[in-house]
Amino acid sequence: MERTILHCDMNHFYAAVECLYEPKLQGKPVAVLGNPELRHGIVLAKSDAAKRCGVKTGDTMWMARQKCPEILFVPPHFERYLEYSKLAQEIYYTYTDRVEPFGLDECWLDVTDGHPDTGRRIADTLRRRIFEELGVTVSVGVSFNKIFAKLGSDLKKPDATTCIPADSFRDIIWPLAAKELLFVGPATNRKLARNGIFTIGELACAQPVFLRNLLGKPGETLWQFANGLDRAPVARYGESQPIKSIGNSTTTPRDLLTETDRKVTLYALCESVAGRLRAQGFCCRTVQIGVRDNQLNTFERQTRLEFPARSAKALFEAAFELLESSLPSRPIRTLHLRACDLFLQSGGQLSCLSSLFFEAAQIEKWERIEETVDTLCNRFGAGTVRRGILLCDPALSDLSGPGTLPHAYCDVR
Amino acid sequence: MGYKTFVTVVSTTNGLGQTTPLSLIWEDGRIYRIDRILEVRRAASRSAGGKGIRYTCQIRGKTTYLFYEAPRWFVEAKSDDPPLNIYDS
Repeated sequence: MERTILHCDMNHFYAAVECLYEPKLQGKPVAVLGNPELRHGIVLAKSDAAKRCGVKTGDTMWMARQKCPEILFVPPHFERYLEYSKLAQEIYYTYTDRVEPFGLDECWLDVTDGHPDTGRRIADTLRRRIFEELGVTVSVGVSFNKIFAKLGSDLKKPDATTCIPADSFRDIIWPLAAKELLFVGPATNRKLARNGIFTIGELACAQPVFLRNLLGKPGETLWQFANGLDRAPVARYGESQPIKSIGNSTTTPRDLLTETDRKVTLYALCESVAGRLRAQGFCCRTVQIGVRDNQLNTFERQTRLEFPARSAKALFEAAFELLESSLPSRPIRTLHLRACDLFLQSGGQLSCLSSLFFEAAQIEKWERIEETVDTLCNRFGAGTVRRGILLCDPALSDLSGPGTLPHAYCDVR
Repeated sequence: MGYKTFVTVVSTTNGLGQTTPLSLIWEDGRIYRIDRILEVRRAASRSAGGKGIRYTCQIRGKTTYLFYEAPRWFVEAKSDDPPLNIYDS
């Protein structure tokens, strides 16, 4: 049976929620902006009026003001967005138990029941319900796979239903630019363009072997997407995607100039990532860092750990060595740490090695210390026991300052 | 454009957890008895800002929206009128 997949996308999500809570903002050019004092002052979301002036997500405060002098900036309220996301999902679950979130404001729904009109009917009902109950508009794409449903929700905004049926998807999808397809980013788009592939149709008609040679395995996947061959299911209620990595990043309130600055920030990130590794029962084998200097040049480096680890100390030692060996010439503005190559840790993972390797015994000892600290912090509050180095500069070590994403929405892939 | 006025509400909650507002107390202390509840549903208040469980109430012959936005109650008041006018019959 042909599937009926919906992709629901809440329009200008953060900005729409802010305008709902402050009706005087409705209809005006509004941008939700991170805290400029903490150097998070970029546009996180913008209203329709701001979009019409050319304001884009990711613009800095001055860029947005240059494009739209009368723009109004409002701070984000992440708790509110989380609540909205949850309420929207509750509405989706009244139609199906196959609801798969894609970020806070997007969801796929599988509403397959064999009737050709089901998708549009449910999509229109959902749009009306969400507007009436939550006060924000939704664009819904209806198709026979997740990729085209997502594409459909992007085609008409705001507050619209777009259907892409199996018998006419070529007419609707193939003339679109290749970059419109999910997972075709700027780098892939450039590679495709260099090889004369500008539209989804041209991508669909290319040889899969050619695309594999050009882009690796993702090349074949993109070919399948373009031909409507995506078969990925929509996750059922309670199912979750396997976690492949756990990471966190911070744009610091000032540039990192000294070794101590870098140590404090990196330790704060390691504490956060290691704490979440332990909470989820994972160990990691690879540590990856991302660095952005104050001229916004970015690079990433990764290293494989000698022994799997889940302590902040082990992550820090690997990450700091990596950072110092590839230190940029300019001061650092943003640091990212990611623990990859995860596996579920069973008790005493390293114990068999402990007797053989002194290092393994040391790692295990530190893990036990940090687990004890976890217990204390859970019982008496976060920060009850802290590393001394984090007290050197509380501003740098504070990853939960205003304007940053709440802990739960740090990077989990 | 309305504005959000938080009010004190006297209500009952039955064994099933269903809450019924009985009367609301305006900020100056005046009490307004809710004569009838016409509808209960989740809704957004686009004029006052916010969302919650919306009780469509009849108070002194007029229809008024009373919202429960946990943990507080609010009504949509008109900005161009004194707040109490919305309830005057």
